[in-house]
Amino acid sequence: MVKRQVMFTFPPELIKEPIIYNLGQQFKVVTNIRRADVNGNKGWVVLELEGEGEDIERGIAWVTSKGVRVDPVVGDIVEG
Amino acid sequence: MSYASVLRCRKCGREYSLEPLNLCDFCFSPLEVSYDYKSVAKAVSREKIAAGPLGMWRYEDLLPVDGDVVDIGTGFTPLVKANRLGRELGLDELYIKNDCLNPTYSFKDRVVAVAITKAREFGFDTVACASTGNLAASVAAHAAKANMKSYVFIPADVEPGKLTGIAIYNPVLVTVEGSYDDVNRLCSQLVQRHNWGFININLRPYYAEGSKTLGYEAAEQLGWRAPDCVVAPAASGLLFTRIWKGLEELAMLGLIEPVNTHMYLTQAAGCSPIVNAFQAGTLHVHPVKPNTIAKSIAIGNPADGYYALRVARQSGGGACAVTDEEVVEGMKLLAQTEGIFAEAAGGVVIAGLRKLVASGTIKRDELTVAFITGAGLKTQEAVAEVVHPLTIQPTIESFEEAFDK
Repeated sequence: MVKRQVMFTFPPELIKEPIIYNLGQQFKVVTNIRRADVNGNKGWVVLELEGEGEDIERGIAWVTSKGVRVDPVVGDIVEG
Repeated sequence: MSYASVLRCRKCGREYSLEPLNLCDFCFSPLEVSYDYKSVAKAVSREKIAAGPLGMWRYEDLLPVDGDVVDIGTGFTPLVKANRLGRELGLDELYIKNDCLNPTYSFKDRVVAVAITKAREFGFDTVACASTGNLAASVAAHAAKANMKSYVFIPADVEPGKLTGIAIYNPVLVTVEGSYDDVNRLCSQLVQRHNWGFININLRPYYAEGSKTLGYEAAEQLGWRAPDCVVAPAASGLLFTRIWKGLEELAMLGLIEPVNTHMYLTQAAGCSPIVNAFQAGTLHVHPVKPNTIAKSIAIGNPADGYYALRVARQSGGGACAVTDEEVVEGMKLLAQTEGIFAEAAGGVVIAGLRKLVASGTIKRDELTVAFITGAGLKTQEAVAEVVHPLTIQPTIESFEEAFDK
């Protein structure tokens, strides 16, 4: 089992979709929200994902394919 | 002896002991070093600092390190009165903090010096970073000095010219085939798998503190006063917040008068997530895909963007984005008025400063310091168009003929 801390940024058209619920259901990933700000126009959620490494990878790929931006919670690591 | 006391979460205030740790366990917000300022106040004075080494370690009492430091000769770079540039822009008291003149030619030496010193204290024998140039060179150089092993991860599309300035220090140089985002993702996983001091990840709270020395130096070099205005580039936003913290600390310790500095951050329009948030009036920095020649500050998802925004707002400052064309003009203007060849990030600062003065945001009589954080020789391709020599034969006639044109 591994843990990943990530930030999801949702475009307005996905605000009403239960993306995080489906991520947990479909990919056996435990989701644990730590911070969030969601309104009608946009939304971001900082959360921890826990599960098998492969499940997390597949889950993130699915979330990304839905149009959600996924970033490491530490921000970009590559610096100038 | 260090006066650092704890790591504190910048969001929820939870405290952690001084370990290689960068995120709060509860809210995943960044941790920051806190100090026992009462003890610091007893230990420091203007005279003691002035009598210290001519480099960043003269401020060692204000940094979170114990014992021997890793020093390659960083800091106390020139603060130049920029009269010609000032006249050009419409400022009477403009200063350039020329941090191109650090050992690996960028301000990164300040942050890395602290991070590597801490890495050694924590018992790491290996350090690592992911970088497109400046950070990698600095980490490799400091690791060489500290006799530590270093891994530097570079996106495979980085200009080959930059690799020499990194490889010469003999790190394990890893070029990663993939996009910028791929390198980010890989490195965030590597941090968890290897017991390395990852310079800007698990050592980030200490790394950050090195940037405070830019604020300290500017104030000391101005005769122990804070500027009226600061203009600095923003990538992750960390440098910007720490210049401010440095000034605030000096005031808190009674070394300068209370700070009334307006902090202005500048970004390239092709990667300006912090400026976008400032202009939108929000505190949430929405990530962007970078597309600018100012690659050393092209961070699409800035870790400290929120905190940089707060500093800009709280200080009554602002945020300004400039186009790549303006960046090139800024680089040329700085070189051709003050003799300082800055990298593209410096062009961002000068172009941003020009806009801020032209719009009346920064006033003519305000004492302004512009922070130039990296040298131009690393990004020569940005201004390759300036090269158009008079080509002549080795005769006087040929020269006179060409000269008359």
